[in-house]
Amino acid sequence: MSALLQLDHVGRSYPVGGLFARGKMQAVKDLSFTLDAERPEIFTIVGESGSGKTTTARMILGNEVPTSGAIRFLGKDVTTIRSRGDRLAFMAKVQPIFQNPFEAFNPLTTLDFYLFSTARRFLGLKTRGEIDAAADKALQHVGLSLAEVRGRYSHELSGGQLQRIAVARALIPGPKLIVADEPVSMVDASLRMSIVNLFRTLRDELGVTIIYITHDLSTAYYISDRVIIMHKGAVIEAGEARAVLGHPSQDYSRALRNAVLPPDPVAARRIINERLERRRSGLAEGAG
Amino acid sequence: MQATLKPDVATSSAEPVLRVEDLKAYYQMNYFGVTREVRAVDDITLTIQRNEIYGIAGESSSGKSSLIKTIAGAIRPPLRVVAGSVRFDFGGRTLDVYDDPEAMRAARWRHLSYVMQGSMNVLNPVRRVKHAFHDFAVRHMGLSPSAFRARVEAHLEQIGLDPQVLEAYPHQLSGGMRQRLAIGLATVCEPEFIIADEPTTALDVLVQQDVLALIKDVQMRLGSSIIFVTHDMTVHAAIADRIGIIYAGRLVEEGPTQAMFERPQHPYTAHLIASLPRIGDTTRRQSLPGKPPNLADPPSGCRFHPRCPLAVAKCASESPPLLPRGEGRVACWRAGEVAAA
Amino acid sequence: MFSILRDLLRFNVEFLVGFVLTALIFLFAAAHFFAPYPDTAIYLLPPDMPPSAEFWLGTTSRGQDVFWQMSAAIWNTMTFGLVVMILSRIVALAVGMLSGYLGGKADQALMTINDTLIALPNIPILLLVYFVMRDQMTWPLLAVTAALLGWNYDARLIRSVTLSLRNREFTRHAVFAGMSVPQVLVRQHLPYVMPVVFFTAMNNLIWAIGLEVTLSVLGFSDVNRPTVGGMIYWANQHQAAVSGIWWWLVFPIVAVVLLFLGLFLLAISINEYIDPRSRLSRMGG
Repeated sequence: MSALLQLDHVGRSYPVGGLFARGKMQAVKDLSFTLDAERPEIFTIVGESGSGKTTTARMILGNEVPTSGAIRFLGKDVTTIRSRGDRLAFMAKVQPIFQNPFEAFNPLTTLDFYLFSTARRFLGLKTRGEIDAAADKALQHVGLSLAEVRGRYSHELSGGQLQRIAVARALIPGPKLIVADEPVSMVDASLRMSIVNLFRTLRDELGVTIIYITHDLSTAYYISDRVIIMHKGAVIEAGEARAVLGHPSQDYSRALRNAVLPPDPVAARRIINERLERRRSGLAEGAG
Repeated sequence: MQATLKPDVATSSAEPVLRVEDLKAYYQMNYFGVTREVRAVDDITLTIQRNEIYGIAGESSSGKSSLIKTIAGAIRPPLRVVAGSVRFDFGGRTLDVYDDPEAMRAARWRHLSYVMQGSMNVLNPVRRVKHAFHDFAVRHMGLSPSAFRARVEAHLEQIGLDPQVLEAYPHQLSGGMRQRLAIGLATVCEPEFIIADEPTTALDVLVQQDVLALIKDVQMRLGSSIIFVTHDMTVHAAIADRIGIIYAGRLVEEGPTQAMFERPQHPYTAHLIASLPRIGDTTRRQSLPGKPPNLADPPSGCRFHPRCPLAVAKCASESPPLLPRGEGRVACWRAGEVAAA
Repeated sequence: MFSILRDLLRFNVEFLVGFVLTALIFLFAAAHFFAPYPDTAIYLLPPDMPPSAEFWLGTTSRGQDVFWQMSAAIWNTMTFGLVVMILSRIVALAVGMLSGYLGGKADQALMTINDTLIALPNIPILLLVYFVMRDQMTWPLLAVTAALLGWNYDARLIRSVTLSLRNREFTRHAVFAGMSVPQVLVRQHLPYVMPVVFFTAMNNLIWAIGLEVTLSVLGFSDVNRPTVGGMIYWANQHQAAVSGIWWWLVFPIVAVVLLFLGLFLLAISINEYIDPRSRLSRMGG
C-alpha cells in the first residue's frame, strides 16, 4: 500500500503582534493523515473559519511551507519541489479547485483559454486539433462540451457551470489528487449538487482522490468517504463519514451537527427556537 | 424638519405594511452604440403583512437583489423603475417610494432599514463602530449625545453584545460579531420594516444559527416585518412565514412555508427543495439542468420552460399568469401536477 | 481595429474633437515634407512681414516663412515627444509589471532605482548631459536621456495595479493552468494595466514636448533645427514681442496648445473605452 499523500504531524504557525509583543498563532496543530494511492476516495476536511482548513489546503498545494512536520506526495517531500520542471510535474498530478468561480476566471479572458493553456503546457500538445480534443474530452467528463464553452466569458455562465469548467480544466493533466477548497460555498444551493455529484464520478470513473474542504456538513455527509473535523487548528474527530457526521461524539462536533438546518420547516424552526430560548435564558441570567 | 407623509383615510392594523404592484425595473444601457435592456424586475406584485417574515428565494442573477433594491428605493441609473409602484404603510401613513423622495429620506432607518451580506458593506473599516451608529441613527432619535449613547448600549445588551464593541474597529471583531452589529444597527431605531439581503450567506454554521436566532428574537420583540432574501432554502425553512420564489425577474410561486415544502406547486420550487442534501440521507440528488436565463434576452413564454421537466408546447409561447391556487399563488400552466418531493 | 475607431468616432464627442484636432495638426506638420524652402535656410525671404496673402502666417526676423517653419517645427517636436513616450512606456511597463509580480528582492531593488531617479531633478541633469556632450548632442540622444528620466512615476502606478492583480484568484488559477510568468503578465494582467499606461503615455508625451520647448527656449539644444521651442528661442533672441512681430510667437504657441488639447481629448476618450469596467458592461457583464 503506497501513500498518495501523507501528512506527518504537520503544523503551521504565524508570528503575530508588533515589534515588542511578538507571539505565535498556531493555524494548524499536529495534523496527520494518509491517503492511499490505490484506493481513490473523497476525503473531507470540515471546519469553520479559523479552523486551519484553508491553511492545510495551501500547504498541500505547495503555496505555503509547514513550520513543523512534513507533507509527502508519492513519497517525496513537497517542500523540495522548487525548480520549474519539478513544480510543473507536481502540478500535473495535484490540481486545485478554487472557492469563488467568478474570481477564478479573469473576466476579460475567454474561458476556453484556460483549458487550452493547460492542455498545451501539461500534455505538450501542439496542434489546434489535439488541444481542442483534449479540452472537449475533459468537458465531457463534467457534462459540458467545447462547443458550449468556446468563446464564452465568465459573466455569461452561472457559478455552478463555471465550477464545472474549473473541474474540467483541473482534469486535463490527468491528476491523481484534486484539492477543492470550499468549491460550492459560493454556488447557489440548488446548483451545488451538480458539482458534488461530479466528485463521485471523478472518484469512481477516473480514479481521482479528492480532498473536499467545506463548512457545509450536509454536502459532506452526502459525498464523503472519510472526514476529519478541525477546530482552531486541531483535529477534533476523524473517521468514516456517515459515522462521524451522523453520530458525532465530541462536544464541538455535536454542536456543529445540531446547528445544521435540515430542509424541513418543522425541524429547522425547532433548532432556531431552541437557540433562541438559550439566548434569552442566557441574557436573563446575565442581567439577573 | 419633519417631511410630511400623506395621511391615509382608513387605517387598520390589517393594512399590509408593503404593497408592490406591477413593478418593473430594468437596466437600460446605451454605451458606445451597444443598447441593452436587462429586465431585472419584470412585473412583480406582492404584499407583506405586519409582523411577518417573508422569504425571497431564487438563484443569483434571478433579479432578487434588484427587486430588493427597488423596494428599498435604493436604485440608480442604469437601473430604473419603468412601471408599477412600491408603497409602504408606516403607522397608518402611506409612503410611495418613487413619488415622494423627501418622505422616503426621512423614513430611512427610522421606519425602513437594511441588513446586507457582508457587514463590511455597512461598517466603515477606518472608523470605530460607534460612529456607524451615530451616522445612521442619531438624527432619528432626537436625543442628547449621552442619552443616545445610553440607548445604543442598552440596545446592544439586549442583543447579547458587550457595549465595549462600540469602541472597536470592525477588523478587530469576528465576522459573526460584525453581522450581529449590523443587525443591531438596523434595529436601533425600531423600524417597522427590515430588508435583509443574504445576511447569513458565507457564515459558518454555528454563527449562522446564532444570527438567525437573533433575527427571530428581534423580529418577535419589535413586531417588524422582514423581507429575507437568500438562495438557501433551509434558512427559509427555519424562519420565514411565507416564501416567494423569483425566477428570471418574475414571481413564480408564493405561499406559507410549510405548504411550499410539503406541497410545492411550481416545478422550479419542487426542484429547489428536492435538490437539498440532508444529514442522514444519501439518496442521489440532482441539480437543475441547463443554464440560468439571460435577463437581457429571456426565453419566450414561461421563462422556466427550457429547464422544466413538465414543459409542453404552450409553455414556450404563452407566459402563465400568477394566480391564487391552494394556499398561495402559482404561475404555471401545469401547477399542481408536480409530484411531492 | 477599425470597428473600434468607428465606434469611438460615432459615439464619443471628445474622441471626435480630439481626433479631428490631432489629425489636422498632424497633417499640417506632415506638409513640411513638401515645403518649398529648406528647413534650416535663413534670410531667404523678406523678414518681419506680417500675415498676408503671400505669407499666410507672416515671416520671421530671420527671413523664414512662419507657416513652413511651424510645420517643420511641430513635426520635429512631435517626433521627439513620441520617441520619449514610447521608450519610457516600455521601461515603465517592464519595470512596473515585473516589480509588482515578482515581489521580494527584485521588487525592492527595482523600486530603489525607481525612487532614486524620482528624487533627481530632471532639467539640471539634462543640462549636464548637454554640457558634457555638447558637440555630439543630437536630438535622439536627448530623447533617450529624457525617456530614462520619465518612466519612474508611472512605473510605480503600474506596479500597484499589478500588485493588486497578483493577489486575485485568477492569477493563481492561471499559474495552475500552466501559464508562465510572461504569459500571465501579458495575457492576464496587461488588459488591466493598459488604461494606466495609456493615460500616463499622454501625460508623458505632453511632458516631453514641454521639456523640449523649455530646453530649446533656454537655448540648450540644436537651435538650427526647427522645433517649437527653437522658434520661441529665436523669437526671443530677436525680441519679437517687443518689436511687434507677434505672429512669430503667437502661432507656434497656439499650435502647441491645440496639439495638447487634441491629445488630451484622445487620451481620455480612449481610456474610457478600454477601461475593463466599461468593456465588461459593453460585453454584458
